[in-house]
Amino acid sequence: MIKMVNVSKVYQGEVKVRALSHINLQIDRGEFVFIVGPSGAGKSTLTRLIIREELPTSGQIIVGGRSLPRLKEREVPLLRRKIGFIFQDFRLLMERTVYENVAFAMEAIEIPRSTVRERVPAVLEMVGLKDKMSMYPHELSGGQQQRVCIARAVVNDPLIIIADEPTGNLDPDNSWDIMRILAAINKRGTTIITATHDREMVDKMKRRVIALSDGEIVRDEERGTYRNEA
Amino acid sequence: MKLSSIGYSLRDAFRSLWRNKFMTLASVATVAISMVILGAAWILVLNTEYLASTMESELEINVYLEKELTRDKALEMKDKIQKISGVEEAFFVPKEEGLEAMEERFGEDSDLLQSLGGVNPLPDVYRIKSHDADFVPQIASELAVLEGIETVRYGQGFVEKLLSLTDWLRTVGLGVIFAVGLAAIFLIATTIRLTVFARRREVTIMKLVGATNWYIRWPFFLEGMIIGFSGAFLAVMSIYFIYDQLVQNISVMVSFVPIMTDQEVLYNIYKNLLLMGTGIGALGSAVSLHRFLKV
Repeated sequence: MIKMVNVSKVYQGEVKVRALSHINLQIDRGEFVFIVGPSGAGKSTLTRLIIREELPTSGQIIVGGRSLPRLKEREVPLLRRKIGFIFQDFRLLMERTVYENVAFAMEAIEIPRSTVRERVPAVLEMVGLKDKMSMYPHELSGGQQQRVCIARAVVNDPLIIIADEPTGNLDPDNSWDIMRILAAINKRGTTIITATHDREMVDKMKRRVIALSDGEIVRDEERGTYRNEA
Repeated sequence: MKLSSIGYSLRDAFRSLWRNKFMTLASVATVAISMVILGAAWILVLNTEYLASTMESELEINVYLEKELTRDKALEMKDKIQKISGVEEAFFVPKEEGLEAMEERFGEDSDLLQSLGGVNPLPDVYRIKSHDADFVPQIASELAVLEGIETVRYGQGFVEKLLSLTDWLRTVGLGVIFAVGLAAIFLIATTIRLTVFARRREVTIMKLVGATNWYIRWPFFLEGMIIGFSGAFLAVMSIYFIYDQLVQNISVMVSFVPIMTDQEVLYNIYKNLLLMGTGIGALGSAVSLHRFLKV
């Protein structure tokens, strides 16, 4: 599903910052992967490369059979339709209702209204927000807002979901709710990649863990734990 | 672009215009004010031009023939005069007619000819119209060298001054329209840029869920066009009514000032203002959006 071969990313600025160096990894369809590591280890860069928000400085990335460095500008939207995103800061549109926030993702890829009307309530039911459809994000708790964000990410049935610190702003109870929902989505075959600092969560979930430190993969194990890399 | 997406675009455009009411109002007002200024400058320039060409069209050259010239020779000159390039028409005014005109001016009772001792002192005259006022001095100098001509008069000195004044007015007028037009474009584009900037978050999220750039652009285009058109429409309505009042007042109070009332020309200005407003609105949002689409 996702393959990286010798990927490096250097940010060109006044000072060159080497964010990732020589990353090799493969993530198969249906996997649930945690990417862990301290701030600045390169977790966000890794997720940004997968959604082609950025291109690697060198190396090859293949997502869903397509080479990202070779992808044409106008093909990028098609790639992104196969990927759902969940952000630490939710990135909801504050002036739209819960329903509209989720429907927005479907409308943006030009899905007919009748399909949108069927699908959005179904997805909101899955994340337990069916009764909050016409509320605005500021009327919801952080955990509920994150669930709207998840609903938006899954509404188009993506092959991959990428979550960047999805529980970073949530208390433990809400974090667990979010993880349970992600695990349920994963059970249906969606690949899930979660970048996180949340030690307790990673240890309890017992999934594949890829640990980054200073832009390099220092550990990659099935059913792994958080641990501090030296 | 699918049919349902056109619906989404229209809905989103109107929704965001409504949600950002004050911004919308401010943008429409900006467009309206810019367009009123531009339209006013335009009409002012056209009126100056109209005044100048009215004055120019009244210019004519008077050619006084030598008194000794026979009538036949005098009539023959018409061909020679009309061959001079730039001459539109030459009217022959025989001296008898000149005298009659003079008598009329002095009053019916006076017997001018008798008091002059029975001799008509006036020469035969050609009145010459030129195609273009700019040709007048040139034609006059070519006439002066013809045989049988006593004097050529066209308001020497005055005409040159008038011509350079009207030329100057035209250049300044074009410059004013150009400058005001640029200012209007800049002002409108800046205002619309602000509305786009207020919604960059939305654009980023749209890009991340896989919306194509065109899908993202459409509502902004429509918004820009609606803002531009509404503003320009308000401007055109104001100019229309104000100018109408002005024309009525001027033609009553200072009737000797020529004022342009050619409806076709005016409608052309209105049409152009509407097109410009709508176009700048759409362009303004496209340019501002460009930056945020690079995600």
